[in-house]
Amino acid sequence: MAITGVLRSGLMQLRVLDMDAAVKHYVDYLGMDLVGKTDDGRVMLKCWDEFDHHCFVLRLADTAGMDLMGFKVESDAYLDHLERETKAFGLPYKIIPANTDQPGFGRRLAVDLPTGHRFDFYANVEMAAETPGLKNPDIYPKTPRGMGVSCFDHALLYGPNSAEAVRYCTQVMKMGVVERAYLPDGENVLCTWLTSANRTHDVAILEYDKPGKLHHVGFKLEDWTEIGKAADIISINDIALDAGPMRHGVTRGKTIYFFDPSGNRDEVYAGGYAYYPDMPVREWDFDQIGKGIFYYTRELNDAFLSVVT
Amino acid sequence: MTARRYKVEIPGLGAVFFCREDESLLHAIRRAGAAPGLIGCFGGGCGRCKVRLLQGQVVTGPMSRAHISEADEAAGIFLACRVYPRGPLQLALYLPQAEG
Repeated sequence: MAITGVLRSGLMQLRVLDMDAAVKHYVDYLGMDLVGKTDDGRVMLKCWDEFDHHCFVLRLADTAGMDLMGFKVESDAYLDHLERETKAFGLPYKIIPANTDQPGFGRRLAVDLPTGHRFDFYANVEMAAETPGLKNPDIYPKTPRGMGVSCFDHALLYGPNSAEAVRYCTQVMKMGVVERAYLPDGENVLCTWLTSANRTHDVAILEYDKPGKLHHVGFKLEDWTEIGKAADIISINDIALDAGPMRHGVTRGKTIYFFDPSGNRDEVYAGGYAYYPDMPVREWDFDQIGKGIFYYTRELNDAFLSVVT
Repeated sequence: MTARRYKVEIPGLGAVFFCREDESLLHAIRRAGAAPGLIGCFGGGCGRCKVRLLQGQVVTGPMSRAHISEADEAAGIFLACRVYPRGPLQLALYLPQAEG
């Protein structure tokens, strides 16, 4: 196996203001499957092309935004290694015992990033009750619902001290920098796109004055046809659209941005190139970011960079 | 049955438009082109569309406490994306520096 260490982003816990509306949005419209409820009333979800117990958790709260993002690692031994490396790097962390607040998940290493976000690392997760087929499999375990998102793919996080967080991602998590956008001074970095394997990004981190903010969570679709169908579903159900359907210059992905009923931004995303660790970094000047994000109009909409939860 | 429509005024902007009882104030503000700077998440989460209700009856949906406190709500400060009119309204854009 050539992909080692940190394997991929695989868990996100979001805060929502109205649980019924959130479940309808993620289950009926995005097409995620309901896994169950935790003892404290959080709702666990998964996408059809994932094997792990769940990838997404909704928590009823009086603010929107994210509680934590999780990454799967190759083994318990690597989790121990990551704990030592995190300690040496100097970020605060704690160990969360198996099968506690995330049912089905093994022991986790929960690290507080200097951007105000929490990354949880875990090596073992129980297999979901319904997974893609393994023996003479059909293409889907069952006909997908709604947009039919196949997996939780990535997130864009906003916070201060992003350079230090990126240093943790590259030096400790051994992520690759895929693309980078600069501030107007041409030296300091506005945003960094990072990956642990072949995806164009598992996470992107943008420099921002307020800590712990979420710009969007990204879900995977297959191609333009599925992006078009997602756009239909957004209009039919009067879901708040942010931008798209369109394409990114950054990563070359095809995309739509829209909001869940609590104002958390979602993205459905298809395509983009495959990353390999020998690739050089693609870079964007500040005055070209419009083209980098909204490739066809080449201009950001007013709300895109500044609306976060 | 057709939804009722109510007149909405933002005297500070000289804007007058109509809002249906089944759509949020922010939807009507967007349609009228009255205040493009308020356009945000439409879900009560991002805090961008803060307005002060000067006059009129409304019902509201859930809004993030990171942006609207209980004291704000009592003072008629809301997120326009979570406000539904139940009569003619007068609004002001929320300007923190005017709070004193």
